[in-house]
Amino acid sequence: MAQETIAGKNVAVDQEGYLANPEEWTKEIAGEMAKDIGIELTDKHLEVIDYLREQHAQGAQLSIRKVGKSGITDIKGLYKLFPGGPLKHSSKIAGIPKPSSCV
Amino acid sequence: MKKLLILGGGTAGTIMANKLNKALDKEAWDITIVDREKTHYYQPGFLFIPFGIYNKQDVEKPKANFFPPGVNVIFSDIDKIEAEENKVILDGGRVLPYDYLIVATGTHSRPDETPGLSGPNWYKNIFDFYTLEGALALKQFLKSWEGGKLVVAITEIPFKCPVAPLEFVFLAEAFFSEMGIRDKVDISLVTPLPGAFTKPLATKMLSQLLTEKNIKVVTDFYIEKVDNEKNTLVSYDEQEVPFDLLTIVPMNMGAEMISRSGLGDDMNYIPTDKHTLQSKAHKNIFVLGDAADLPTSKAGSVAHFSADIVYENLLSAIDGRPMTASFDGHANCYIETGYGKGALIDFNYETEPLPGTFPLPGIGPFDLLKNTSINHYGKIMFRWIYWHILLKGKELPVESEMTMAGKRKVTG
Ligand SMILES: Cc1cc2nc3c(=O)[nH]c(=O)nc-3n(C[C@H](O)[C@H](O)[C@H](O)COP(=O)(O)OP(=O)(O)OC[C@H]3O[C@@H](n4cnc5c(N)ncnc54)[C@H](O)[C@@H]3O)c2cc1C
Repeated sequence: MAQETIAGKNVAVDQEGYLANPEEWTKEIAGEMAKDIGIELTDKHLEVIDYLREQHAQGAQLSIRKVGKSGITDIKGLYKLFPGGPLKHSSKIAGIPKPSSCV
Repeated sequence: MKKLLILGGGTAGTIMANKLNKALDKEAWDITIVDREKTHYYQPGFLFIPFGIYNKQDVEKPKANFFPPGVNVIFSDIDKIEAEENKVILDGGRVLPYDYLIVATGTHSRPDETPGLSGPNWYKNIFDFYTLEGALALKQFLKSWEGGKLVVAITEIPFKCPVAPLEFVFLAEAFFSEMGIRDKVDISLVTPLPGAFTKPLATKMLSQLLTEKNIKVVTDFYIEKVDNEKNTLVSYDEQEVPFDLLTIVPMNMGAEMISRSGLGDDMNYIPTDKHTLQSKAHKNIFVLGDAADLPTSKAGSVAHFSADIVYENLLSAIDGRPMTASFDGHANCYIETGYGKGALIDFNYETEPLPGTFPLPGIGPFDLLKNTSINHYGKIMFRWIYWHILLKGKELPVESEMTMAGKRKVTG
C-alpha cells in the first residue's frame, strides 16, 4: 500500500490510486480525484457519491444497474456524469474500493 | 410430521432431494420438491447444439427419473414464499407449510429486459443459446449462413456459466473453419467487463487464445438496446457495434417468484450468507445454486459443491447443533476451445484460477489453465457424470472445498 498526499491529506492508496481506507475520504479528496479524471464535481455527482459510500458501508455489491435504479440518476445519466467508466470513476472519487465484478 | 420443502428441481434441487432422502428419518420427516417443468435439461449441452455436436435428445430427460422414491414431487408453478408464515403458495392457491425451506429456483434468461432484443429479429438473425429453443433455432440458421459479422454479446453481469460465451466463440471459430467459410466470418465478443474474463490469470490465458484465433474482443460495452433496423448493438454511452448475426446472453435474473415474495435483490437473487448458505433474512431458509447472490460463478459445479455444505448445515440445524460447514465458493469449469481441446479452471472466493494439475497434484489427468485434449474429454465426460452421478447426489472424486495441492502460485 502506497502513501500519497491528496488535497493536503496523507492517505493510503492501492496500485490504481483507489483509497485503501474509505474512512480517510474527504470532500476535498473527492474534488482532487475527480479533477485528475477530468470531472468537475456538481451536486448531482456528490449525490451519487454519497449513495455509493452509504451502500458500500452497508456491504452492498454495487453495479451500474443498481446505481441506475437508485432514483438519483438513470444509467444514461450516470455515463454522462462519469464518462468512460461510470462505476470505476465514481467509486474512485467516492473513496471506496474498485468495483470487482465477480464470476 | 416435520416438513422439508425444496423449491426448484433443477441441478441443485435434485442433488439435494437425493442427499436428504438418504439422511432424514422418514418417520419424522416429509420431503417435498416442487418444479413447474417435467423435463430436466442438461444446460451445459445447449452450447454444443448450434454446431450439431449434440442433439435435442442428448440434453433432455424426464425430471421424474432423478427424484428418489419417497420424496413427494409436485409439478406446479410456485406463486410465492410467505417466509414470515413459513409457508409457500403454489399457483392455484395450494399452501405448503414448511419447517425448513431450500430455495433452488435458479436464474433465467430475460431478453424482455433489453429494448429491441426480443423484437422483430428475435430468432431471425438474433439468437440466444441459453435456452433449448434458442440453441435449436440457431442451429437451423447456421445451416445456410454464408458468413458475415458474427457478434457474441453479454448483456449483464452476473450470468450463469461465465465461460460459456467464450466457449461459444471458440466453437464457432472451429465450426466455420470446418465449413470452409472462416475467411468470410468476422467474429467478435462484446462484453461489459474490462477484459475477456474477470480473473486476471485466466483472462490472460484466454485473451492469448482469442488473439491466436483472430477473435476480436470489445470490452466495457454496456448494452442499452438493439436497433432492429440498423442491426446494431447500442451501448449506454452511445457506441454501436453492427452485426449480421447476433448471439447474445440476455440479462439473467433470478425467478420472478422471488421478487413476488419480497426476498430478492434488484436482480431477484436472494441475499445469502456466503459461508453457511442460509438466507440472511430467515434462518430456516437455505439457498442453493444460481438463486443465491454469492460472489462466485453461477455454475452446476458450484451447485454441486455447495450442496455438501447445505446438507451438513441443515442436518446440524435440525439436530440443534451449531453449523460448522462453511462454503469457500469453489467452482470448477471446463472451457471448450474447439478442435478437440479444452482448458480447465478451478477457483474459489479467495483464489483466482491458477496453473497446475487437477484433481491429483502432479498427475492430473487434467491441466489447469492450459489448452489440452484431455481437458476436452473432461467436458465430454461431464455429461455422463451429470446424469449418472451428480444429480443422484453421489460422491465425486473431487472435494467440495478447493485445494491448493497441484496448483502453482504465480507472481507478477
Ligand atoms: C449454455 C449453458 C452452459 C453451461 N455450462 C456449464 C458448464 O459447463 N459447467 C457448469 O458447471 N455449469 C454450466 N452451466 C450452468 C448450470 O447449468 C447451472 O448453473 C445449474 O443448472 C444451476 O442449477 P440450479 O439448480 O441453481 O438452477 P436450474 O438447474 O436452472 O433449476 C431451476 C429450476 O427451478 C424451476 N423454477 C424456477 N422458478 C419456478 C417457479 N416459479 N415455479 C416452479 N418452478 C420454478 C425451473 O423450472 C428449474 O427446473 C451452463 C448453463 C448454460 C445455460
